[in-house]
Amino acid sequence: MVQVGVAAVGQTVNRINPKYQLYHPKWYRKDYPIFWWLEKFAYGKFIVREMTSLAVGYTAVLLMFQLWVLSRGQETYQRFLGFLESTPVMIFHGVVLAFLLFHSVTWFNLAPKALVLRLGRWRVPNALVLSGHYAAWLAATALVIWLVAR
Amino acid sequence: MRPKRSREPFFWAMFSGGGMLAALFLPALVLVLWFAPPSYPELVGKVDHSLVKLALFGLIMLSLFHWGHRFRYTLYDGLQLSHLYGLIATICYGGATALTFLAGYLLWTFP
Repeated sequence: MVQVGVAAVGQTVNRINPKYQLYHPKWYRKDYPIFWWLEKFAYGKFIVREMTSLAVGYTAVLLMFQLWVLSRGQETYQRFLGFLESTPVMIFHGVVLAFLLFHSVTWFNLAPKALVLRLGRWRVPNALVLSGHYAAWLAATALVIWLVAR
Repeated sequence: MRPKRSREPFFWAMFSGGGMLAALFLPALVLVLWFAPPSYPELVGKVDHSLVKLALFGLIMLSLFHWGHRFRYTLYDGLQLSHLYGLIATICYGGATALTFLAGYLLWTFP
């Protein structure tokens, strides 16, 4: 669009007013500093919530690595356990777990807003949707612990 | 440039499903597999079951796409990189797709 417009009319117009452009689609946008999310606590919380995706991705990848390690045999798995037990890794995984928990909590807390359930004319109240999700979390956690630790 | 029919709803559904599964299962899995890991024979025996493998595949795939979708928007908005639209989308979804194939291979050939 821009090129066509300028090519058709641009030359004559440009001599009169070099800065004039026939069609210039540009949104009005305020310039924000790149660290805009440090201004308010709520903004920071939002960014931390968005950053939980890194913990989710890391966990998925390390679980895959753990599968590979398992398929390599007992010796490799022992070395992997040594890696898990080292202090820096323990601390890092503590941080990862904290991010994962933050993801779970923010995810479930948003559920009543994302999920509007109706049974006939009765709308399932938010508190019930919320507690349903937390109950499911408890059940899922119990299932995992039972499956692995039994 | 962009396709007429948006692929956005598909990726949003993957993001949403992954967010739910990750919220439900990942904290418990981290606790049990990294902070109190079982012994080798125990764990191999438990993973070597087609239902467990299928569940792990679903969980890993959707978690990866959850990362891809959410991180894509973090880069756009948080770091103001929306001018790199195509590149970031390719890296995020392409990475998630490649890792999903790898997860499928690892689980298919397990142990």
